[in-house]
Amino acid sequence: MGKGNDEDKAGSGERMLDMPAILEKRGISRRDFMKFCTAMSAALALPVTFAPRIARALEEVKRPTLVWLEFQDCAGNTEALLRASNPTVAELVLDVLSVDYHETIMAAAGHQAEEALAKVIKEQRGKYIAVVEGSIPLRDDGVYCCIGGRSAVDIAREVCGNAFATIAAGSCAAFGGIPAAAPNPTGAVGVKDAVPGATVINLPGCPLNPDNLTATVVHFLTFGRLPSADSLGRPLFAYGKRIHDACERRPHFDAGQYVEQWGDSAHRKGHCLYKMGCKGPETFHNCPTQRYNEKTSWPVGAGHGCVGCSEPMFWDTMTPFYKRLPTVPGFGIESTADKIGAGLAVATAAAFAAHGVVSAFRHDDKSRGGKEE
Amino acid sequence: MDNLHNKYVWEVPVRVTHWVNFLAIVILSVTGVYIGSPKTLALNPSQFVMGWVRFIHFVTGYVFAVSVISRIYWAFVGNRYAEWREFLPVLTADGRRQMLEMFRYYTFIGKRVPHPVGHNALAGITYLLVFVLYLVMILTGFALYTEHAPQSFGHKALGWMFLLFSNQGMRLTHHMTMWFLLAFAIHHVYSAWLMDVKEKGRVISSIFSGYKPVSGKN
Ligand code: HEM
Ligand code: SF4
Repeated sequence: MGKGNDEDKAGSGERMLDMPAILEKRGISRRDFMKFCTAMSAALALPVTFAPRIARALEEVKRPTLVWLEFQDCAGNTEALLRASNPTVAELVLDVLSVDYHETIMAAAGHQAEEALAKVIKEQRGKYIAVVEGSIPLRDDGVYCCIGGRSAVDIAREVCGNAFATIAAGSCAAFGGIPAAAPNPTGAVGVKDAVPGATVINLPGCPLNPDNLTATVVHFLTFGRLPSADSLGRPLFAYGKRIHDACERRPHFDAGQYVEQWGDSAHRKGHCLYKMGCKGPETFHNCPTQRYNEKTSWPVGAGHGCVGCSEPMFWDTMTPFYKRLPTVPGFGIESTADKIGAGLAVATAAAFAAHGVVSAFRHDDKSRGGKEE
Repeated sequence: MDNLHNKYVWEVPVRVTHWVNFLAIVILSVTGVYIGSPKTLALNPSQFVMGWVRFIHFVTGYVFAVSVISRIYWAFVGNRYAEWREFLPVLTADGRRQMLEMFRYYTFIGKRVPHPVGHNALAGITYLLVFVLYLVMILTGFALYTEHAPQSFGHKALGWMFLLFSNQGMRLTHHMTMWFLLAFAIHHVYSAWLMDVKEKGRVISSIFSGYKPVSGKN
């Protein structure tokens, strides 16, 4: 892609970037470039003093090649990336990277496109970055998702298995996401499960926040390695904190001020959405600070509870989205823990009351006290 | 039958942990229900109602955990009525016979009132179940508690819990088990009363004083 970039794409893997020239051509001032570097160091939770280092790294970096694979997805992450907040930011990263293959936005099509991919794998084994969007179906030999006559799992094993690293963009690529929701008819899984040997960094979210993708790439370009990650393979700079702990509604949570109904006065005043089923207390993501769409807003900021989209299998485990707790399995749709629990307590009390009445009228033997054996 | 003497059955740690558990469960249940389904009690956002309720829940959670662990420790060093064997009557033929006898009495099949000095066998096995429920509460509670500090030692130590439960499933389990404990409490108070009356063994006062009237040698 790299709109307006006159460099020849093919075989550009090792070429040095002439960043000042690119900047000038785009009409981006040095100041804007440094602003971007500062924003990136902030996104990566690095001290501001890292901004010059990031700038230097971006100026000196060799163009790494990036291929973007789409499997069982909705292209929402691509969409998010193309809408990446500050267009300068997005364009910069897209220019720094040589995106040699991206089904949705590449000019080439058909065999030509597949050739480009084959070339990357052959010529840049172990050096390129793969981004995967969408889950990978494994059932029935993976027939449920095929591209150019090959199954997704087959392509993923080859492309991700030979990459320097794979970025699983979005919840589907990271954990299987919506295609993997019960009953998971296609046997969909995330990249890590489909290609166990691959180096994968997970950037879940529905969609992922493009700023986090950019920051991950910048981290890679600056330090030559992937950012450190949690036990689910998610980079700590973006998934190291709970939504709940950075939420702007948190003071209302701690105070004890809750929205009880959509549109009630508490809702209009911006109180906490806990009772409306907000999953912020169990979801790790930097939405409250990084936000979406030019940092305009994010779900809870806009008045909707968090649905936990960056957690594994959120479609199964975070539902019902508009209630705090799941219903109790096996007890019908509306059986909440409290209804069953209260019923249990009442039934116990009733049973023992009845037992007590019978016992009171009973003639037992008349012994007293315990007996030593 | 009537030359009863008072025997020291429940040692201090047994009684102390019993009443600490009682108080802790009451406090944890009241605060837990509020955490699960809070009412808007604050008039302005500078108040800290939920904050304090959660604080009390967590501090009491620590107290409860220490108490339960102490009692488990005492099951290995205390007297024979506090011993772990009391909670596993199924292991011996005699224990199984006593369980059956107690079961027959409870279900109105048998008339003979069993007179154990310590726990009756059926109660013993029930308490084993209750301790399992305690451990479920403590483990799910602390696993949820550590979520605010995902890189902490506690979260790493309890990480395996999140393999057993989904995040929501853990909350549901923590919530539902409270009801199981409350149902147990109803049964427990009733049974203690029943045996106090029928066995005339002053079961209820024994958990305050530690002494039970016992007949027989010494
Ligand atoms: C008998 C003991 C306990 C009872 C009856 C109890 C009861 C409850 C209840 C009913 C809830 C609300 C659950 C929900 O609706 O989501 C709750 C939440 C909670 N409890 Fe307990 N609890 C007990 C022990 C503990 C212990 C030992 C801890 C450890 C610190 C603990 C930590 C928590 C935490 C962290 C929450 C909040 C979960 C969340 O953020 O959703 N609990 N408890
Ligand atoms: S709105 Fe959600 S994330 Fe924000 S404080 Fe309330 S429960 Fe936590």
